[in-house]
Amino acid sequence: MDQFTLNLLVVGASFALYIGIAIWARAGTTSEFYAANRGVHPVLNGMATAADWMSAASFISMAGLIAFVGYGNSTFLMGWTGGYVLLAMLLAPYLRKFGRFTVPDFIGDRFYSQTARIVAVISLLVMSITYVIGQMTGAGVAFSRFLEVESSTGLFIASAVVFVYAVLGGMKGITYTQVAQYIVLIIAYTIPAVFISLQLTGQFLPQMGLFSTHTESGLPLLARLDQVLVELGFRDYTGHHSSTLNMVLFTMSLMIGTAGLPHVIIRFFTVPKVSDARASAGWALVFIALLYTVAPAVGAMARLNIITTIYPEGTSETPVSYEERPEWMRNWEQTGLLAFEDKNDDGLIQYYNATPEFESVAEERGWEGNEMVTFNQDILVLANPEIANLPGWVIALIAAGGLAAALSTAAGLLLAISSAVSHDLIKSVINPGISEKGELMAARISMGLAIVLATYLGLNPPGFAAQVVALAFGLAASSLFPAIMMGIFSKKMNATGAIVGMLVGLGTTVLYIFTYLGWFFIPETNMLPNNADNWLLGISPLSFGAVGAILNFVAAYLVLKVTGEAPEEIQELVESIRVPRGAGSAQAH
Amino acid sequence: MSDKSASAYWAANVRIITICLVIWALVSFGFGIIFRPLLSGIPIGGTDLGFWFAQQGSILTFIVLIFFYAQYMNRLDREFGVDEV
Repeated sequence: MDQFTLNLLVVGASFALYIGIAIWARAGTTSEFYAANRGVHPVLNGMATAADWMSAASFISMAGLIAFVGYGNSTFLMGWTGGYVLLAMLLAPYLRKFGRFTVPDFIGDRFYSQTARIVAVISLLVMSITYVIGQMTGAGVAFSRFLEVESSTGLFIASAVVFVYAVLGGMKGITYTQVAQYIVLIIAYTIPAVFISLQLTGQFLPQMGLFSTHTESGLPLLARLDQVLVELGFRDYTGHHSSTLNMVLFTMSLMIGTAGLPHVIIRFFTVPKVSDARASAGWALVFIALLYTVAPAVGAMARLNIITTIYPEGTSETPVSYEERPEWMRNWEQTGLLAFEDKNDDGLIQYYNATPEFESVAEERGWEGNEMVTFNQDILVLANPEIANLPGWVIALIAAGGLAAALSTAAGLLLAISSAVSHDLIKSVINPGISEKGELMAARISMGLAIVLATYLGLNPPGFAAQVVALAFGLAASSLFPAIMMGIFSKKMNATGAIVGMLVGLGTTVLYIFTYLGWFFIPETNMLPNNADNWLLGISPLSFGAVGAILNFVAAYLVLKVTGEAPEEIQELVESIRVPRGAGSAQAH
Repeated sequence: MSDKSASAYWAANVRIITICLVIWALVSFGFGIIFRPLLSGIPIGGTDLGFWFAQQGSILTFIVLIFFYAQYMNRLDREFGVDEV
């Protein structure tokens, strides 16, 4: 059987499974549609949360992101996991006790203000819609790469599948498909990782392999990697080369941004009890860690593996000739993710970092520039099974895994978007008298429209799609996280304080990002060049979310001081969400 | 539940959260980034302890912290009679 048929079979089987689950888990009430009737086991919810959270970017790009920078990008590993500690202790249990369906629902009721609710809805919509664009384009790319269809055709197939299970099943359908998607993606990620670890270090667990001896050289793997990189003019892998302040703030922004993302928070509304919400955050992190502790190992090992493939005799010896390059390089050159150019016409591949400092070495060896002219970071994961000579079904699994990661995150985001529209705008603001049946219909229609919008944006992604992810984290960190936290931990916080805080956090963060990345990301409209010399105290626009959050807290407390505390009944409401007892199953308005 | 035990329950919760978050910050921002130079004398597989904390140790510690907190709170809920039935 050829690879294409195999890919088609494995991906087709996984899609049939998702559709099957959708038919089994149809939603009949708004409680089922928004919160799976609060009947999801905490371990299963942990799995669904892991799939919800780990996007196409985590699955495909994470290892490469770390591999090409090394230690400096550990910030992603810590930032995208540390947020779960904040969720488990500061947000999830209390929001579960509050017993509503959406994040703006909490903010609107707790701060007894429609303005606060609408500010929350707007930031939710901006962050979720921008985030979903990346997932839809990711699904399209995964399709086109593995199933040899146009990426727009791939996008339509992906949208149709999500449409079936999200519109039919709402949160209930999404939850159980996410569980299945998690299993598919983690198997797909782990198998090649275990094999590459065995090949390079003889260690079964990649997490151990990363810190073990590299069999071929007899040196510790990371020491060997540092050595070959430095010999080729790159920075050493384990060294600390970036600003410490910026690393700390970037990690912090990712952590509080993660905790403030509505599509993650609403997953914790689906478990039966407050104590389940706490444990479920732990399970979510266990399942996320299965990928996030393996990713740095895959990154380091694949990078070393590629360098030793090009320099089989060692970095100071002759590299491999273009004619004798391995089969997987030929395959991936066809996709355009990998490209060579024989600059000095010697028929050999010279891969190095052509910096001014390295020029004398290159000249001495007759090198006229780096000849691996395109080396896309996604290759490290996508080509891993071929590099490790694994059978065709493993390659097919990677295809199914990448699609599972993209679809599960897209579905979670779409639910956050549609519930904000049907529940927070239609039910709470526009038409409070709407019937249960009417609201369920509104939720399904909003979901359908959200999918159409996401598909459209996936087909015509705005040029700034990549930068906007930074904006999503910045918004979540600087607006929603502080507002929710103060809503729980500060009994006296009033509506004015919360609204001013959110606006200050949002405003400063957006302003800081636009100053360096351009107004609304339009190129050439930035007021200052985007580099470390021009950043305020060396803080990158991507790291500003943490500063925005601090400004949010400060502004809110200053306003609280001059406007007086929240009314008595609101303080009693806060008292009641602080204790677990009395968390009923589904509470509607 | 009386007001007094309600505030005692909340104070106990805030205290354990504070302890957990100090550890949370110590392993990630501390050992993983700021204090990495101080830990450079402790070698681990070709690099140092700070690198291990940045890429593995902090994540493992986060998991332990959440399950510890969940267990601790289950006990606290029962002690104060605010657990779910």
